[in-house]
Formats: sequence, C-alpha cells, structure tokens
Amino acid sequence: MTEQIPPRWASETFWKKTAIWVTGGSFVLLVILSFDSMKQISAGGPRVPAYSVINKDVSYRFDKAKQRYQPTIGDDAPLFGKTLSEEEAEKLVDHGKKTVQAKNCMNCHTLLGNGAYYAPDLTKAWLDQGWGAKESREQMMVNFLLDPEKNARTYGSNRKMPNLDITPPEAEAIVAFLKWMSSIDTNGFPHNFIALGEEDK
Amino acid sequence: MTLQAYQEKTAACWAGCKQTHAEFMANPNLSGGQKLAVHYFTVAMVLFMAQLLFGLLAGLQFIFPSFLYEILDFNVNRMVHINAMVVWLLYGFLGSVYWFLEDESGVEIVGLKWGQLAFWVLTGAVTIVVLVYLLIQIGSGTDTSLWLINEGREYIEAPRWADIGIVVVMLTFFYNVAATFSKGKWSGIAGVLTLDLVALAGLYLAGMFYVTNISVDQYWWWWVIHLWVEATWEVLVGCIMAWSLMKLLGVRRKVVQTWLYIEVALMFGSGILGLGHHYFWIGTPEYWFTIGGFFSALEPIPLVAMVVHSIYDAGAHKFKNSNHPALAWIIAHAFGNFLGAGVWGFMHTLPQINLYTHGTQWSASHGHLAFFGAYATINIAFFYLAAQQARGNVWMGGGLANGWRWKTAAVLLNLGVMGMTVALLIAGYEQSFIERAVEGSTWAGYFAAQNHPWFMQAMIWRMVFGLMTAVGGGLLFWDLLEIGKGEQRPAAVIDSEAVNP
Repeated sequence: MTEQIPPRWASETFWKKTAIWVTGGSFVLLVILSFDSMKQISAGGPRVPAYSVINKDVSYRFDKAKQRYQPTIGDDAPLFGKTLSEEEAEKLVDHGKKTVQAKNCMNCHTLLGNGAYYAPDLTKAWLDQGWGAKESREQMMVNFLLDPEKNARTYGSNRKMPNLDITPPEAEAIVAFLKWMSSIDTNGFPHNFIALGEEDK
Repeated sequence: MTLQAYQEKTAACWAGCKQTHAEFMANPNLSGGQKLAVHYFTVAMVLFMAQLLFGLLAGLQFIFPSFLYEILDFNVNRMVHINAMVVWLLYGFLGSVYWFLEDESGVEIVGLKWGQLAFWVLTGAVTIVVLVYLLIQIGSGTDTSLWLINEGREYIEAPRWADIGIVVVMLTFFYNVAATFSKGKWSGIAGVLTLDLVALAGLYLAGMFYVTNISVDQYWWWWVIHLWVEATWEVLVGCIMAWSLMKLLGVRRKVVQTWLYIEVALMFGSGILGLGHHYFWIGTPEYWFTIGGFFSALEPIPLVAMVVHSIYDAGAHKFKNSNHPALAWIIAHAFGNFLGAGVWGFMHTLPQINLYTHGTQWSASHGHLAFFGAYATINIAFFYLAAQQARGNVWMGGGLANGWRWKTAAVLLNLGVMGMTVALLIAGYEQSFIERAVEGSTWAGYFAAQNHPWFMQAMIWRMVFGLMTAVGGGLLFWDLLEIGKGEQRPAAVIDSEAVNP
C-alpha cells in the first residue's frame, strides 16, 4: 500500500517549523515586554512607589477619568513617628517582606491577590476600615501581630490567626511592608474598596 | 514496647524492605530505565497520598477552624498539600520519561547510575524538606529561614538549599535524556522533549532569588508557576501522551508527531504570552490587560485539539488497546485537561471578570480540576503501564481479575475531584459577588462572604467529595500493588509496525 502524502499545511515539517517560529517569536516578545515591565515596576518607578512612601499618607480613591480605584499619596504621615531616609525605609520594608515569607503568610492570605484563601487579602490591609481610626492603626496592627490570639479579629468566623512568634521589630517591619504594598498601582484591584478615612468622600 | 523490641522490629522491617527492593531489582520484565521509573512512581504515589491527607486536613479547617490550631495550622497543611502535589507530579513526569526513554531512543540509558543516585538524593531531600515543614514550620524574618526552612512563596516554598538540589537533579535528568537520545536515535518526540526540558529547568531559576519589591517578586514567580504549568508541563505531557498513543493504540508515529508539533505551536503560541493574565493586578503595566486577555483566551485551543486528536485516534483504532486502565486514564486526561485547564481557566481569565474572581475560591476550583485533569491523570496512566510490564507484560483488558478495583478507583477519583471543583466554584461565585462586588474586598467583606451559608455549604460539599477522592486514591494505591498479579494471559498485541518511524 502506498502512503498518502499529506498536503503541505498538514505535513510534519510545516508544523515543526511553525512550532519553532511561534515559540521563538512569543518568547522574544515576552523578553522585550519584561524589560519594559521591570522598568515600570521598579521601586520609585511610575507604578511602584519608592520605599520612603511609608513616610507619607497613603490612600485609595476612585479615579473618575480612569473609572477605577487608584492609590493616592498625600501629606507627611511618618510610620511610628519616625521619618526614614530611602535607605532606612528600604531596610525596614525588606525586613517586613522577609518576615512575611519566613512566617509563610501566603499560605493563608493572598498578597496582590495571590496565595491562599483562608484569611483576608493583604494588598490593602493597611487601608482597611477594620482598624477603626488612622491614629490608632499602627499600634493595633502591631498588637495584633504580636498576639493574634488575644487580639483576634475573626468577624464571627472563629478563624484565628495563630501565634507566629513575631518579634516587635518584625511586627513593625511587617506594618511598613503592608503600608508600602498598599501604595502600589494595582490597576484598580481590589475594586470598590473604601479605604480608612475615605468613608464620606 | 521495650527499646530492644523496638530496635529488633525496626531492623526486621528494614531487612524486609531491602529484600523487597533486591527482588524488584532482579525483575527480568523491566529494563534499567523502567526500574528507575518505578522508583519514581512509587514515591509519587506516596506523595499523592500525602497530598490527599493534607488536603483533607486543610479542608476540615474551613469547617472547624480550631481543628489542629497551633499544631498543624492551615498554612502548614496547605503548603504540604500543594508541595506534595507539585513534587508527585514531577516524580511522575520524570518516571514516565525514564519509562519510555530506552524504547524511544533504542539504546540503554547512558547515565543510569547517575539517574539512580539523583533519585535517592532527591527523595532524601524531599523527606527532609517535608519534615522541616511539619516540625519546624516557620522561622524568623531572616535569610537563614529562607535558606533552611521555607521561602514562603506559594508552590515553590522549598528552602533555597533544596532549590539548588532540585536543579542538580534536573540537570542529571536532562543529561540522561539528551545523552541517551544522542547515543541512540532522535525522533520528533525526542527533540520536543529535550528542548522542553531545557526550558523547564531554566525557568526554575527565575524562582530562585529574593527581592524586596513584591511586584518584581511576583513577576518572576509567575514565570516559574505559569510557564511550567501552562506551557512546559503541557508540552511535556504532550510528549508523554504522544508516546502512549503509539504504544497503547498503535497510532502511526507520523500522525502523533504532527499533532505534537501542532500542539507545541498552539500551546507555546498562546501560553507564553498568556502569562499576561497573571499580570493584571500585581503592579504591572496596563498593556497586560490586552496581551494577557487575548492570548490566555486562546489557551483552550490546543486543549480542544488534544481532545479531537485523542477521540479521532481512539475511534480510528476502534478502542483496541493493550491496557484498559491506562487508556481510561488517558481519556480522563484528554477531557480533564480540556475542562480543568481550558474551560475553567477561560471562564475567569478576562480582566473584566478576573477583577472580581482573582484571589477567591474560583482559583481553587480551577486549580483542583486543572492539576488533576491535566497531570494527575496521565501519571496514573503510566503507573498502570508500569504495573502491567512489571508483572510480565500481562493481560490488562476485559475480564481482568478484580477489575472492579481500578474502575471504582477511577470513578471515585474523577467524581470526587469534579465534585470538589463544583463546590469550590459555588464558593467562588459567592465570594466574588459578596466579598468583591458588594462589600468591596474589605476584611469585613471577606468574612461576610466566608460566613455566608452558601459558602459554608460549599465547604461541606467540598469535604464530602474530598473524602470520596481520598477513598478513590487509597483504592488506586491498593489496585496498583495488586493488579495483574497471578494473571497468566499475555498482554493484547497491537500493530507493532505502527510504532516504527
């Protein structure tokens, strides 16, 4: 029996070449876009503020022109009463980020929406109305992190954060990290989130 | 029990294990590569059981939050659940490739001894990592914790020392694959597989560094997660599937290889830039809305192609095959991959809906069906191929002794996972509406959704179907240990000419 020769478009060679070109082309495009994205999301760039933003008042408001929520940076509002240099701020946020990783927060919480779904998203945790008032927020957050069982915030769910042996410097660093993270332009995620202090605006 | 009695019992148990292993290594039915593959499959099954167990524990904590509180918290159970999954799937892939490497290349594996050493090193490392996860769990906010305990990054939590070990093992594996094909013969499957392994190993490096900036962190983290799961893993199972279709159904090499190239073109053509659907909300620029939305919407196309291909081949060969359980699992793979990765992924991939579904149980629903449908199924198919060959290439068609076992296991596993997927989908709908759309994603909104009866009912249903999955998993394990034992009939012969190039 003679083997039927397939048309060119259905041949192995045609698809082999197509696979190589499509893969190569897509990857090159991804690399180019990655260079641009890195430029735009470096700290201090157009979308991710410098770490010293923790010295400022950060909020989240609806932008009518863009039709989505946007972070806003306001007046001076130093964290724990201390204005930090860019270097000091970076060190503090870095300690916070490292602690968040070492305590495995991401396997209960989401950060920028990624992680596990057993506990609330931390993207805008700094801005959450649950902290009651801006004046007491920092201390409430630290107290919660140091003893989450005693200061449990379960909202009737009985789901309590375990005690993760977080030290006071680690707790302050986590708060700094959360404040900095809340200032990242996340393209309107989460939507419809009313930040602390923005209730009547 | 006295210490002496305990020591004696341990020594006897160890001697028994060594004896069983020695007997296995003397099995005349398996080649060197296939014996190594069975090592990988055995650990894969143990880890699969661990995945099921820790999934059940984590699922129970949604219903009873104080269960194992501050003993094995949700974050520990969930970490072991997802890590066991990633590792058992990888073990299954490595085993599957070792299984067909000699057959496909026509020569013995070049560095078999290195492959065996790498297996024991990897298994030792996995054991230590899991013990540290369970016993030490977390560390202080220092580099040491990230190097020795866990990195705290979902799916790739393994501490840095283990990352380096994984890369070394993967390089050994890559050497074995490339060198064996080079010594023997190359084929389309061999070429795609080798290049895919370069990408797979290279991408892991993108997850092996620490940065303060969480947007940059997640940017590269997604290179590992997405470009593994939605690109290189898919192509890897495409290669495995191609070889299986030739072996099981006798499909012609030219046909499967043409399909493999089509799938590579479609998979990488949609999947590489489809990465953009993870870049909507992590701080990355707005152009990812268009790029991510468009290309990820194309991602189901190769999965549809796979279904068409499989149905066509199965129909053209009138379902005549040499291993019924393996073929059943390959069919489950074709449909599971399409439904779990394709349909469930597509349903919430566009930014207009993802704004509300991102970070909710929607993702868990998609994750359960996609990982099971795309990857667990194909590994299980290979476990059955291995069981058949290890027992002397025996009959595994109709009228198999205790055939109820594999069928029941398959029904329970598929129904169980589908049930969990639907339950989580309902929870995801509810969470997207109540927490996200109505309450605006505040902590109060999050808990309003979590406390809602619809959510709690979904969690209970998830638990019911999770138990069903676990029973199916246990039955599968039992069946793999027993199937084909005492069977005298040889395996059905399929058209052997069909597998020639």
